[in-house]
Amino acid sequence: MNEVEDVLAVAEGWRAAGEKVALATVVETWGSSPRPAGSQMAVTAGGRMAGSVSGGCIEGAVAEAARETIASGVPRLLDFGVTNERAWEVGLACGGKVKVFVEAVA
Amino acid sequence: MTPDLLAALQAARAAKRPVVLATRLPDGAQYLLPDPKAPAALAVAAAAALHGEASASVALGGETWFLHVHNPPPRLAIIGAVHIAQALAPFAAQTGFGVTVIDPRGAFATSERFPGVEISRDWPDEAMARFAPDARSAVVTLTHDPKLDDPALDAALRSEAFYIGALGSRKTHAARLKRLRELGHDDAALSRIHGPVGLDIEAVTAPEIAVSILAEIIAARRGAAMGQKAAA
Repeated sequence: MNEVEDVLAVAEGWRAAGEKVALATVVETWGSSPRPAGSQMAVTAGGRMAGSVSGGCIEGAVAEAARETIASGVPRLLDFGVTNERAWEVGLACGGKVKVFVEAVA
Repeated sequence: MTPDLLAALQAARAAKRPVVLATRLPDGAQYLLPDPKAPAALAVAAAAALHGEASASVALGGETWFLHVHNPPPRLAIIGAVHIAQALAPFAAQTGFGVTVIDPRGAFATSERFPGVEISRDWPDEAMARFAPDARSAVVTLTHDPKLDDPALDAALRSEAFYIGALGSRKTHAARLKRLRELGHDDAALSRIHGPVGLDIEAVTAPEIAVSILAEIIAARRGAAMGQKAAA
């Protein structure tokens, strides 16, 4: 294990307990983004979170998108960064950019 | 991701098999490689990602695939179930190393002193043969006892271990190098040994020394300048 917690194991555990789970994964980074590609976060429909995809800057927005993906079943590719209009809502203070892929475990 | 694929990925990780989870963006089609059913170009790219230990998005034939590398943890052999080892073993585990503590002295190598850590009570030559260090392994000797440290260093020098460290003063280290030279290791080989071990942070306590050793191991693994061996 290379992280503080084993996100995939947590996701499996939540599923086994009957929760609906989505996984968010950093798939591309530019500049001084805080977490490397492959960093992951698991989210449940009920709002539980494990892992991280940034230094805490975008986790809230990713969790919201994850809950939408759990409901729709449709994966999403999210862009975050200073050149993105969303930067005004949830941006990366460090000036980096990241792409995050969100998929349901189903 | 299907639950079956997640289970297969977790099984591979538990078995310490290197795998790559390839995900097509943005539709989420996936392969767990190696997989004979995967396209050849994807298999080649996945093998390269595994080798480079770097997850990344790649463009293949007009498609974008995210290659998520799941290599087994790098490994650390600690020779000497001593006080510094008691700090180093959990620190190293937290930074992602699979740790094995080697010490034939039963009073030292106990699970009470090393909870949850893999312990080998074999003599270091046998224990190191079993540990089989590779290019993703680090080896640190901490016993101060040539009977225990030397066979482990001998084995480490005959491997591709990315880091070899030996605790001991400059004087101790000079004597150690002399003994290892008699075992047939030349200066180039001996220059791989970090000794005195650890980054120079004026560490005093056992946990501080453990931090200095682990920082040096990480620096060597990540290619940082301070992890390179300085001229002796």
